[in-house]
Amino acid sequence: MIRIENIKKSFGEKEVLKGLNLEFHKGKNNLIIGRSGAGKTVLLKILVGLLQPTSGTVWYDDVDFTKLGKRDLREVRMKVGMLFQGSALFDSMTVAENIRFPMDMFSTKTKKEKDMRVDLCLERVELEGANDKYPGELSGGMQKRVGIARSIVLEPKYLFCDEPNSGLDPKTSLVIDQLISSITVENNITTVINTHDMNSVMEIGDNIALLSDGHAVWQGNKAEVLTTENQTLQDFIFASPFLLKLRDSFVKD
Amino acid sequence: MLKRSLFHFGRFIQWVPQILSRPENFRMYWRETMRQMEQIGLGSFLIVFLISIFIGAVTAVQFAYQLTGFTIPRYYVGYIVRDMTLIEMAPTITCLVLAGKVGSNIAAEIGGMQQKEHVAAMEIMGVNTSSFLVLPRLIACIVMVPILVCIASIVSMIGAYLGSVPTGMFTSDEFIRGLRAFFDSYHVVMMLVKALVFGIVLCLVSCYQGYYVKNGSVELGKSSTQAVVISNILILLSDYLIAVLLT
Ligand SMILES: Nc1ncnc2c1ncn2[C@@H]1O[C@H](COP(=O)(O)OP(=O)(O)OP(=O)(O)O)[C@@H](O)[C@H]1O
Ligand SMILES: [Mg+2]
Repeated sequence: MIRIENIKKSFGEKEVLKGLNLEFHKGKNNLIIGRSGAGKTVLLKILVGLLQPTSGTVWYDDVDFTKLGKRDLREVRMKVGMLFQGSALFDSMTVAENIRFPMDMFSTKTKKEKDMRVDLCLERVELEGANDKYPGELSGGMQKRVGIARSIVLEPKYLFCDEPNSGLDPKTSLVIDQLISSITVENNITTVINTHDMNSVMEIGDNIALLSDGHAVWQGNKAEVLTTENQTLQDFIFASPFLLKLRDSFVKD
Repeated sequence: MLKRSLFHFGRFIQWVPQILSRPENFRMYWRETMRQMEQIGLGSFLIVFLISIFIGAVTAVQFAYQLTGFTIPRYYVGYIVRDMTLIEMAPTITCLVLAGKVGSNIAAEIGGMQQKEHVAAMEIMGVNTSSFLVLPRLIACIVMVPILVCIASIVSMIGAYLGSVPTGMFTSDEFIRGLRAFFDSYHVVMMLVKALVFGIVLCLVSCYQGYYVKNGSVELGKSSTQAVVISNILILLSDYLIAVLLT
């Protein structure tokens, strides 16, 4: 479980996060949603320590993450996987080398065990046989999946995904969402996902937080989204007339 | 300007201990170091070779010209060329060239990784990126730059020979007698000290420029240019300091 207390973040004059209190649960898909520029990426980077909050605390179970020294921080990070908005695959390495990299760095497995683990992870993301391809030869969706494979190779306890399905077609998005979701449940890990994709929200949203104007203005699950009275959430989700109509027919039934 | 330099200097000083912390995995560091040695050492061999040949030839010809009319024995040219090469030409010119070639490459490579979030991705895995990206390059420079400078000094003397003897400026015997006259091994030590210091300077400056690059391709270009310019300035500055301290 991850808990944040009164997280604030400013860039110069501009206050992006204005005091957030949220909990992200174990074995659940925790979604952070919000308009573009709401501060989702900033929050995620604070959660993994790539950015320092101006004030506030991040708790990993009962460890105060924001107060850790460099060495302890790395200790925690070995239990953390992250999928970046742009995948961040090492482009001069092959797919297999990318996935092996965390193991080469930190695990005492033999070469054979590592190879097997790579194959297993690739199989998990349905990319068997892509071992020797370079990231540049893959489509965006495939790169995302390699990114997922790399982030789960050391069996993390916490998984962070920054817009895992931005720029993907709805069907591929769904595959990615379901992949992340099943990994979360199978391994009982704490997963935090940034998204502004409503399909994801309705598909895998176990615990959803809406960011708006630097505050978490709503928190709930996917069922509660449909019946919400919260105006900001309604404006965000039912942004198009088509969706509004859909909801009205839904609620009537 | 002064404030900015102080800011960079402060950040650099805070950064160095992180580079020198204990590697998390010696095998990976070793592999990376070997790769860098190949890239920095072998990759620069040809340019160092070419430049040294010409520098040597020009030095010999220029000195022969300057000394005509004086009552200095002709074989002195070989002697002057040797000491010029050892003390100044080989280490300084080679390292200025390497700052251009290796330095800009290092800055662009690390800078690109930083911009494409590769560095962030490694950090998340728990890698000490300051150390993993810099230490192998630093070791490679510490080993390869002095070797390249030694090669440069030898090639320069060969260049001096080829540039002056076949054209009949002086005989082969005269030249070689000069090369062997008044030899002081302290000059070789000086050359190696310079090579070592310059190598460290150009490596750290370039790594710093790449690691702390801001976003955008303009910034990437800037950081790689800065790497070369600042390395060059610091190399010349430390050249002066070493000259003052060691002579
Ligand atoms: N390094 C930075 N320096 C200054 N301002 C920043 C920085 N990073 C983010 N911001 C500001 O913080 C705000 C939130 O940015 P963030 O990237 O978190 O948005 P987001 O919710 O992830 O949007 P998107 O859905 O488009 O990815 C933006 O207004 C942005 O200008
Ligand atoms: Mg974002």
